Amino acid sequence: MSQHIASVRSNLVVFALLMVLLVATVAGAYMPLGRFHLAVAMTIALAKALLVLLYFMHVRYSTRVTWAFSAAAFVWLAIMVSLTLSDYLTRGTLLIEGK
Amino acid sequence: MQTSETEQILLHHFDDHTQQHESAMLGMWAFLATEVMFFGGLITAYVIYRHGNFHAFALASRHLNVPLGFVNTIVLLTSSLTMAMAVRESQLGRIRGIVIYLVATALLGTAFLGIKAVEWTADYHEHLIPGINFDWSLAQSGRHSPGGGEPSTIHTAPEEAETAPNYPSDMPEVSPTSVPEARRAEMFFVLYFFMTGLHAIHLIIGVVLVGLMAYLAQRRWLSGAGQTQIEVTGLYWHFIDIVWIFLYPLLYLIEVRS
Repeated sequence: MSQHIASVRSNLVVFALLMVLLVATVAGAYMPLGRFHLAVAMTIALAKALLVLLYFMHVRYSTRVTWAFSAAAFVWLAIMVSLTLSDYLTRGTLLIEGK
Repeated sequence: MQTSETEQILLHHFDDHTQQHESAMLGMWAFLATEVMFFGGLITAYVIYRHGNFHAFALASRHLNVPLGFVNTIVLLTSSLTMAMAVRESQLGRIRGIVIYLVATALLGTAFLGIKAVEWTADYHEHLIPGINFDWSLAQSGRHSPGGGEPSTIHTAPEEAETAPNYPSDMPEVSPTSVPEARRAEMFFVLYFFMTGLHAIHLIIGVVLVGLMAYLAQRRWLSGAGQTQIEVTGLYWHFIDIVWIFLYPLLYLIEVRS
């Protein structure tokens, strides 16, 4: 078996980073960031998700095809959200009645 | 390296243990990709409605208990750590370690569900459950504002909603402006209960699976030390954790500053 065994130290470091990022999320929500709240919160959430994906879920040490499968899941989600928003965010921009 | 005692049975259609293990991981990832889409539909719905009803969503979100959500996030992240440790123990073939960490994971998962139940009960008493007892005016008047005394109904008037700070007035809306704010807030709670509810269902399944794995490992029922089975369960558990990582800021932390 050639599978990667995560060390206790690596697990604890990832956990500590997750805790720091969690505190950062809450602190960010209470800071005067104006309209950047969502961007900051989502960036931190993405960083946390990547830590869990790469280290706890061992994607970093997995085969390329597993990389592709795990990335595809989130790429599809990104396509769905961005194409939907390309409609909703641009409504009314043409200043034509009914467009 | 595995000793022969904790080496898993090699099924005849695989060349070696590495291929067998990688196939199991790949299969689980194919399933998790469908799960991302499952939650993705709700997240997209949330994005659209939040975009069209930002002010009502921010107000509604203040009815959620941020500290309890914070504690719950810690509980779930810790359960991911114990799950990762259980996977490690299984790779090392240590049955005792597997059982201890899996039981800890299941307990933390149950604690998360318990805290969630407390929150939902509070939501029920605050008349915040759409379809059962949703009443925005009761919810608003029953809410204790930080200043005490006067309920925080300052922002509830729809005409003020349009001029509130951080609310771009040039933004086209999903719902027409004639939709009362109570309906917009109700939509937040519909999404809140569907998203946290679907997450809780996944977590219940996760707790049952983890408990089952602990039992089977203890009984030495699994082939080898159950490294493949436990790692696949771990993937599922970590996925639930990732979903919550996104749900917490999306639902609890919209414009918490007043």
